[in-house]
Amino acid sequence: MLDTPTLSTRRPNNKDEAWRYADEAFLAQADAAAIQHWRELDVPAGETRFERKVFRTEPGASGAVDRLRVHVGAGSRFEAFAVIIGGAYQRVELDVTLEEGAHFEFGGVTIGGDGKTQEFVTTTRHDSPRATSNQTVRAVHWDRATGNFLGEIKVARHAQKTNAAQDFKGLLLEAGASANAVPQLEIYADDVLCAHGATVGQLDEAARYYMAARGLPPELAKKLLVQAFIGDAFVALEDDSTRENLLEAALGALEEAQL
Amino acid sequence: MLKIENLHAEIGDTAILKGLTLSVPAGEIHAIMGPNGAGKSTLAHVLSGKPGYEVTGGTVTFKGEDLLALDPHERAGAGLFLGFQYPVEIPGVSNVQFLREALNAQRKYRGEEPLSGGEFLKLAKEKAGLLQMDMEMLKRQVNVGFSGGEKKRAEMVQMGILNPAFAVLDETDSGLDIDALRIVGEGINAIMRAADKGVLLITHYQRLLDVVKPDMVHILADGRIVQSGGPELAMQLEEEGYDAVMADA
Repeated sequence: MLDTPTLSTRRPNNKDEAWRYADEAFLAQADAAAIQHWRELDVPAGETRFERKVFRTEPGASGAVDRLRVHVGAGSRFEAFAVIIGGAYQRVELDVTLEEGAHFEFGGVTIGGDGKTQEFVTTTRHDSPRATSNQTVRAVHWDRATGNFLGEIKVARHAQKTNAAQDFKGLLLEAGASANAVPQLEIYADDVLCAHGATVGQLDEAARYYMAARGLPPELAKKLLVQAFIGDAFVALEDDSTRENLLEAALGALEEAQL
Repeated sequence: MLKIENLHAEIGDTAILKGLTLSVPAGEIHAIMGPNGAGKSTLAHVLSGKPGYEVTGGTVTFKGEDLLALDPHERAGAGLFLGFQYPVEIPGVSNVQFLREALNAQRKYRGEEPLSGGEFLKLAKEKAGLLQMDMEMLKRQVNVGFSGGEKKRAEMVQMGILNPAFAVLDETDSGLDIDALRIVGEGINAIMRAADKGVLLITHYQRLLDVVKPDMVHILADGRIVQSGGPELAMQLEEEGYDAVMADA
């Protein structure tokens, strides 16, 4: 298992729980060492660090894996906001360890068509008391694309007063697309709040009709509805211009769809 | 202005409208009343082009144009407004954004220039004031968390902003208290009483018709207009009920 990542050079495959929805063709030929590479980030006690990124895989590339391991010191805060728009296969992985009173905020969007597989994989380690985490992931897909969110939350025995939340929603614009949510909670403390929810649905037909009755053409109505849907992932993002950039990148991917 | 002839429509395989004929000239407000299940809401949705409502016969001409040949958003662009009996909530989209996009989409359809943000806000403020609605409400998400009465009032603010040539108002009075009913009724008069506009008002009650005085009242039963008359017909219905009035006819 990959719970305690090592410098192993073994190439993962779909039999590994954390890679069950990964693109098989990519894994079969991927460079194992590159996959196993982790970026490292240390958030000193009392400070805040941000990770905000749009993941676009280069055209023609068979896939990419980005892994970030974060240690969040006592009373500090780590905020990650990401949009995956590219890639035959794009995986973004976060492994976050929280010290006492630390907070981890995550907002992620996967959006794409064709045969793309896009996924967020998070491991949130509540190793100390009173740490909090909040994760919101939205997946919008069409054609035969797939969006996944594998979110593991581990609460250590002494990590009392942990408050962890995880929320996933998938929006499928066409039959043939899919979304998978795998919440995994491993809780050894007794005084904790852990919430998780996952739903997958389609565009609201009543809203589309209402919008048409007010004069909005179908493409514009769809864009507004998708924008509202993915906006949930960036509610906690305070910087307006960054939020605009992330939304714009995501909606740009939707426009390419020409459904 | 709106001319419906021998209209037949069904939902699924069930025939709802069975040869409905009705004409509303410009400058007039007509009321449609009728027992539950007569096809009143179906008529409203057929006119605005709701998916799943199939027209199986007849014609609808709007300002000389074949209305049924247009997509729903084109009908709005052509000047048709449907006030929903159950306005739809759109989480994550503010009224201001929704209505500005909608108005500019309609203007584009008509070959007009879009309104700027400032121009739009000025217009929205004026129309919200007309319906005594706080501008703060318009900054909130479309119909989300609105009470039944607030939704109906918001529909009329939308109508004011979009300024349609013709409005079909489907039980806009249901869910309103007496004060709100008067405000909404006066709003309809202010927005739609004009020589070049028309209204089809679907209602169950006389109350709204005391404020919005109709030029004609029609009774819709079993998918057809079975009786038409002046405002006095509505009062007769209120007193005697549908069965008695239709039996007399």
